Amino acid sequence: MKRRVVITGLGAVTPLGVGADVLFERWAAGECGILDGAGACTDFEPSELLSVKEVRRLDRFSQFALVAAAEAIGGAGWDGELPYDPFRAGCIVATGIGGIQTVENQLDIQRERGAGRMSPLGIPAQMSNAAAAAISMKYGLKGQAFAVGSACSSGAHAIGSALRMIQYDDADAVVVGGSEATLTTFGFGSFNAMQALSQTGISRPFDARRDGFVMGEGAGVLVLEEASAAEARGATILGEVLGYGSTSDAYHLTAPEPSGVAATKAIELAMADAGVGPEEIDYINAHGTSTQLNDAAETAAVKRALGEERAHKVPMSSMKSATGHLLGAAGAAEAVATVKTLLTRVIPPTLGYEVPDPECDLDYVPGEARPLVMSNGRPPVALSNSFAFGGHNVALVLQGAPS
Amino acid sequence: MATITAEQVEARVVETLASFGPDADQITRESTFEELDIDSLDLVELAQVVEDDYGVVLKGEDMKELKTVGDAIDLIVSRAE
Repeated sequence: MKRRVVITGLGAVTPLGVGADVLFERWAAGECGILDGAGACTDFEPSELLSVKEVRRLDRFSQFALVAAAEAIGGAGWDGELPYDPFRAGCIVATGIGGIQTVENQLDIQRERGAGRMSPLGIPAQMSNAAAAAISMKYGLKGQAFAVGSACSSGAHAIGSALRMIQYDDADAVVVGGSEATLTTFGFGSFNAMQALSQTGISRPFDARRDGFVMGEGAGVLVLEEASAAEARGATILGEVLGYGSTSDAYHLTAPEPSGVAATKAIELAMADAGVGPEEIDYINAHGTSTQLNDAAETAAVKRALGEERAHKVPMSSMKSATGHLLGAAGAAEAVATVKTLLTRVIPPTLGYEVPDPECDLDYVPGEARPLVMSNGRPPVALSNSFAFGGHNVALVLQGAPS
Repeated sequence: MATITAEQVEARVVETLASFGPDADQITRESTFEELDIDSLDLVELAQVVEDDYGVVLKGEDMKELKTVGDAIDLIVSRAE
């Protein structure tokens, strides 16, 4: 019998604001956080949310993660005192790219003033595990703490890794998420050179007019706990991580394998891991990047994994229509939004979706939010997809708490 | 360099340390770096400021001996003379 893993805390920093509720409520209301072709966290004021030392020592990606973690940990009721043996509490924070702004700033200093003037904080601020380290230190989490990296699947890989860590009895609780802050000269220049970014600056996943993704930034963090321990301490259970599946295309550095065979396999593995079939999936939180290739391949994968008939019945929406693409944070922030969807029984729409594409013929929840219809008389279940440069595919199966 | 006074160095050191986290009014000559939560990474940054402003080069072995803000000020002033 696998140890069950429940969700007890949620936190987010996104272009829609600081907080998991504001993310979900604004997305569900059809509001978009994209401005001038980017999803920037304009409401995020580091000096109001963090100490002078934290602001100085942490790259923006770690700042996002620390603020999202504070919300998730506060929500879980861990404030002040860790309810677990510290060595049984872990922390995994994913990032696709890490502290790129720090690298850019330090390279400017190195070129203008010489290597001797580079900051001793350069490496510790840019390192990919900096966010996990900051959270571990602030909250005294002494179990396994590290980063995982798989580009745009990073956040989902983190949640899968945390699930396994608890299931395998290596931890009783894990603070897990993803964070990214790449709205920088290098980030825009490099993604533009790949012709990956939307030239219209509009994120409209699955729409025939889609022309690339809109880069966003932010973080999502969840508190996961072993179910019986969470229940024993009287925690409020928000949901459960039921299953995780991950595969790789072994195909191309940036393009998804068009038929979506490996992505299909990831979804099938996640459903098998969760012990649920296609008929039990009530909602799909799509990867839905607004690129031509992803949205068609994801549609193909969902149809293959769920079967044509079931795939057409399950509503599927993309948060990236409201926030842009949070890259290494996407899978985690979207998991946060998915848990809110399952809790509130409200499905937020794919914003801007108007013109159907023959290659994308599923129900993408156009227009406005709608009630989540449960087909099974049990707490609702959702699939959340993440796919990445490198060909990495991750599917998570999440369940909301009973109402 | 002859015009540098201990008061000038003290003001510059306090201002720099305050930018690292502690409140300026908490910082006295007697404050230890430990109680101000100033660590070795901060001291390297302080050394860079000192080198820029006073031409005084402080190496890792110099910094290791420093326990209080006053120790740092005295060292800088002595090297600047």
